[in-house]
Amino acid sequence: MTKATTRRNFLKMGAAGASVLPFLRAMPAAAQGSDTLVVVTGARINSLDLHRTGTSRASYQVGINCYDRLVSFGTKPTPGGGLSYDYEVIEPELAESWTESDDGLTLTFKLKPNATFWDGRKVTAADVKWSFDRAVSVGGFPTVQMKAGGLERPGQFIAVDEETFVIKLDRASKLTLPDLAVPVPYVMNSVEALANATEEDPWAMEYLHTTPAGSGAYKVARWTPGEQLVYERNDAWVGGELPAVKRIVIREVPSPATRRALVERGDVQIAFDIPDKDAAELADVVDVFSTPVENCIHCLCPNFAFEPFQDADVRKAIAYAIPYEDIFQAAAYGRGLPMWGGEEEINDIAWPRKTQYYTDLEKAKELMAGSSYPDGFEVPLSISLDLASWMEPTALLVQEALGKIGITVEIEKIPGANWRTAVLVEKRLPLHLENFGGWLNTPDYYFFWAYQDGHLFNSSNYRNEEVEELTNATLHMAMDDPEYAPKIKRMFEIVLDELPRIPLYQPALNVAANGAEGYEFWFHRQLDSRPLKSV
Amino acid sequence: MFATSPRLRATVLRVAQSIPVVIGVVIISFLLTRALPGDPAVYFAGVAANTESIEQTRVAMGLDKPLIHQFFVYVGNLLQGDLGQSLTSGRSVATDLAKRLPASLELTLTALILAIVIAVPLGVLAATRPGTWVDHLCRVIVTAGVSLPTFFTGILLIYIFYYLLGIAPSPLGRLDFIYLDPDHVTGFYLIDAALMGDWETWRGAAKQLILPATTLALFTLAPIARMTRAAMLTALSSDFIRTARAAGLSNRTILYRYAFRNALLPVVTTLGMVFSFTLGANVLVEKVFAWPGIGSYAVEALVVSDYAAVQGFVLAMALLFVALNLVIDLLYTAIDPRIGFSSK
Repeated sequence: MTKATTRRNFLKMGAAGASVLPFLRAMPAAAQGSDTLVVVTGARINSLDLHRTGTSRASYQVGINCYDRLVSFGTKPTPGGGLSYDYEVIEPELAESWTESDDGLTLTFKLKPNATFWDGRKVTAADVKWSFDRAVSVGGFPTVQMKAGGLERPGQFIAVDEETFVIKLDRASKLTLPDLAVPVPYVMNSVEALANATEEDPWAMEYLHTTPAGSGAYKVARWTPGEQLVYERNDAWVGGELPAVKRIVIREVPSPATRRALVERGDVQIAFDIPDKDAAELADVVDVFSTPVENCIHCLCPNFAFEPFQDADVRKAIAYAIPYEDIFQAAAYGRGLPMWGGEEEINDIAWPRKTQYYTDLEKAKELMAGSSYPDGFEVPLSISLDLASWMEPTALLVQEALGKIGITVEIEKIPGANWRTAVLVEKRLPLHLENFGGWLNTPDYYFFWAYQDGHLFNSSNYRNEEVEELTNATLHMAMDDPEYAPKIKRMFEIVLDELPRIPLYQPALNVAANGAEGYEFWFHRQLDSRPLKSV
Repeated sequence: MFATSPRLRATVLRVAQSIPVVIGVVIISFLLTRALPGDPAVYFAGVAANTESIEQTRVAMGLDKPLIHQFFVYVGNLLQGDLGQSLTSGRSVATDLAKRLPASLELTLTALILAIVIAVPLGVLAATRPGTWVDHLCRVIVTAGVSLPTFFTGILLIYIFYYLLGIAPSPLGRLDFIYLDPDHVTGFYLIDAALMGDWETWRGAAKQLILPATTLALFTLAPIARMTRAAMLTALSSDFIRTARAAGLSNRTILYRYAFRNALLPVVTTLGMVFSFTLGANVLVEKVFAWPGIGSYAVEALVVSDYAAVQGFVLAMALLFVALNLVIDLLYTAIDPRIGFSSK
């Protein structure tokens, strides 16, 4: 893309549509008007193709803004003001309608007849099939994510005719349809991609890495890795309501202090993913959206591989010793939701839920005295240097509190590159902080990743036969199944009693806006540029 | 020609001498990156990975092969001019370096020139008028420059000139988003824009440079000014200056022709050193001003064990310093004819 866009044809591109504001050599500030929005972020976009190995999280936004999926989620207001996607409502994007067979094993999608790629070609079922085949074949993250919805091999996808696309499932699952709305299964222009594929590279990974070929709401006008990405509206988009903003500039600014100054001055309209501290302080000055991240909990994890933590009383003693409120204020500046001091009796299946634990040192001491370790023990508490902004203050407060019940804690800081290996793959850290968040917003999905034995985010080496069985049973079960709620409640009961993960609080994603509105929170925690408007 | 030009011969000899250094750098940078903690396959396998997808990522990155095999692949690619593919930026390391090294050099050189223009006269003035207000001013500036860390000066300058006064442009990197990059010739925006005759972009790039260059200059001022002052004091108190004064030469001639020229040698040595640590100090300034330079690139690559990028960076730096040392040696002979290459 960068190579293809020379100054000349870029300006031509601008001149082509009268509505498109060309980049001028020097554009007076006032002329920026409502046509252009500038967003700053600290994260780096390193590929325009989500399916590529090593694509960073920040790059997922290209998959969202430049490509369409068959379906998308609806929108709902969030309790704290602002908007959020709605997991309960599936809306059409490329698909006009869809039907499910009675046994739930066949999904039939009708594509919108007027949907076209940026090069003007009609979007066909063959494109959908090629894109899905690619996602399940390239390996790595896209393949894992597809599998979560029961989409595992190319044979499951059938292009019946130009506008009819069929998915055959091995078993009916409530996760399939939502999994089609996550960023991964997006639809690429297979003709354009194949024209640029080679024998060694049958999926055109190299081409699509720098040149998106989609049908989405925005095209990439310019991409300079490490500096900026410029989106330009695709006026022929039929996937939803046409975006109000013609051009969106995503600028990478590593220093949070600089991002803050920029949005406060109003030179940029959105600062995406700002630190909790800045969010708390900026809230009075500009619009700040702090949305609790769905299905995500910051936890303290006692590892069952470490002997003292096999004692249930020790784990409970820790849960009563933690200074929850102090942590919430010091680490999150009150942004997010508390996860302590709830009812013990479980009456609903909302997750994350408040635990029945609260800070009570006397109770903690009693539990310690009754455990097999009345004199305490020593344990390292591991944190990641990359996530130090919340982990460090949390760890210090935990260290102080556990010291009062006889557990001597030494804080061990692990470099970011090593963190995932140590905590998730080797699962060797006796006591550590962890923050898994599931994309698909159901409790069973969280349990699948975080509480089932051997799964990546079960960093505590927890295994409970009943939880294994219940998670397997509920994972694909419809949520209105009469058996679902009792099973989920039982799962909550077990893990909150056994505490392989001690929930601390639900974190928030903070976004500051100064001159823009319409921001929507999405589970993928990236900026969906499509609903944005300038004010 | 070889025999007739000792300087050329010496230059070729120096370049030849640097070959073992470069080979050593290649081996050491390879081994050091492998010795880093962390498993890039795990990191790049993405948010929701399982054992299988981590293994797939490892194979895709070529990290499943034995170390010695990886090394030969690396050297083989290197010989063909291929520095590998950076995973953090998603581009080839050579492209990244070609884009980012000039960004850092433009910033560093601007800062250095700014520092020299201020520090050298300041040093000379302080040496000729020791104990006066100029000398004290020099001392204050030098102390402040050394003691203020660059990221602090950077944020302070942004706060005052951008946030409060609003006279500096948005600290958004090399060019505000309303400009297009000038066509790539040297990679130095000021030069490229001037070559195109696009003065609007030139002004835009220059405006963006002012704050970060000032930040770095404040930091580099100190050693240059100190060294100039000390070298001038030594030169001014030496016998040949006394002789020159006795011979009745004018003050100006003594100062610039005799004292300053002799004082230049240590100043140039310091400049070489200052240049190298300024490139290092760049990292923080680049972060604060969102400057897409080589320092922040290397740090980010290092944090996630992006082997190819780190190796490419170390290699580029090694070559840069070989060149820098050569330039400084050549400068010596130009400044002081007594230093010849004949002694080698």
